[in-house]
Amino acid sequence: MKRLASILIPTLMLTVAPAAHAVEYKTVQADKSRLSFGYRQMGVAMDGRFSRFTVQLAFDPARPAAARAVMEVELASIDAGSAEANDEVAGKEWFNSKAFPVARFVADAVKPLGGNRYEVHGKLTIKGHTQAVVAPATLTPQAGAAAFDGAFQIKRADFAIGEGAWADFGTVANEISIKFHILASAGK
Amino acid sequence: MNTRSYTPFAKLLHWAMALLILGLFVVGFLMHDLPLSPWKLKVYSWHKWAGVTAFLLVLARLAWRLGHRPPELPEAIPRATRALAHAGHGLLYLLMIAVPLSGWLMSSAKGFQTVYFGLLPIPDLLAKNKELGDLLHEVHESLNLLVVALVVAHVAAALKHHFVDRDDILVRMLPGRKPS
Ligand code: HEM
Ligand code: HEM
Repeated sequence: MKRLASILIPTLMLTVAPAAHAVEYKTVQADKSRLSFGYRQMGVAMDGRFSRFTVQLAFDPARPAAARAVMEVELASIDAGSAEANDEVAGKEWFNSKAFPVARFVADAVKPLGGNRYEVHGKLTIKGHTQAVVAPATLTPQAGAAAFDGAFQIKRADFAIGEGAWADFGTVANEISIKFHILASAGK
Repeated sequence: MNTRSYTPFAKLLHWAMALLILGLFVVGFLMHDLPLSPWKLKVYSWHKWAGVTAFLLVLARLAWRLGHRPPELPEAIPRATRALAHAGHGLLYLLMIAVPLSGWLMSSAKGFQTVYFGLLPIPDLLAKNKELGDLLHEVHESLNLLVVALVVAHVAAALKHHFVDRDDILVRMLPGRKPS
């Protein structure tokens, strides 16, 4: 009995004690969050963003292993730089947004890298194709909230984004960099 | 009537630029209506690179011209006509500077940076601004229409000199004839 207690109590303290002080960031402030992307077109750096996306988040810095995050991006909300480009990327060869209106990222592990840095592992699904992605992210606590900033790269060909004539990377490069800034307030 | 000729370098620049600018016109007026495709993006880039090249060439041409006066126009041509010819040439030079500048500024305002030959980024002087981009498009287009009108008059004048006046104003700009 004594032995069991000597194991149990420290273990309980380890798991419970941080939780007592911990905040869990849960409520994402959509208007203060940003999802943008960058790519090269004929050697020219271009950028764009999505204006409508939702994030379901539960992140306690003290318990990164228990973190959950699901992001859904409404592809029709893209701003790819010009009205002409926005119409184009909705088409079948690009996002085919009619058939696949939403891109989804589901985090399945968050690894602490020390300090405020983390590595988010997850699955990204676009246009019916799913790929594993790893996104380094930093957490910046603010009054009652925290900002998650991170960036990662995908290859558009992995998701069949830009088929047919666009499949050649000579005009639009294969690499697409994605940047996110997510502001979430602490829930109880 | 035999006047001095343009130097071979002046001729080379004149004709190289004439060809380049005529090409830029044709491509410029046609490319807007292309359906969006990799081809269209390429054509736009080529237009911009060729346009920047034209700009660099006209700077070189003007710098060179400062030290090399072109041959005088013959006295036989009325003074007012000579003044008109000089004014026309001056305006053409001005437009050869203004047209590429407006193209570059338009591209910046539309959010498409110019990267010369895909290698050398030319800084954006203007931030992205749709209204300004559309306005500069109008400017680029109007200036180009002005160039077209002037070049038509310019070519008509050259041909008139050759076939009607039968002087050597055209010939002295043609390749092959040594400056005397
Ligand atoms: C001497 C040089 C140039 C000539 C003669 C020229 C001529 C033209 C012409 C005739 C058009 C069609 C105008 C219209 O009706 O829309 C055009 C469009 C255009 N030019 Fe130029 N251009 C020159 C230089 C440049 C440069 C240096 C740039 C950019 C760096 C540029 C960028 C553009 C763009 C982006 C358009 C298309 C606008 C659109 O369709 O939205 N041009 N150009
Ligand atoms: C096929 C078309 C063209 C023909 C036949 C032509 C013919 C000529 C001729 C004969 C001259 C010499 C005039 C003289 O003897 O004083 C000249 C000069 C000139 N041309 Fe053209 N030209 C053509 C196209 C162009 C174009 C497209 C431009 C520019 C947009 C241009 C710009 C000039 C300028 C600026 C001069 C004055 C050179 C100087 O004295 O510094 N020309 N052209």
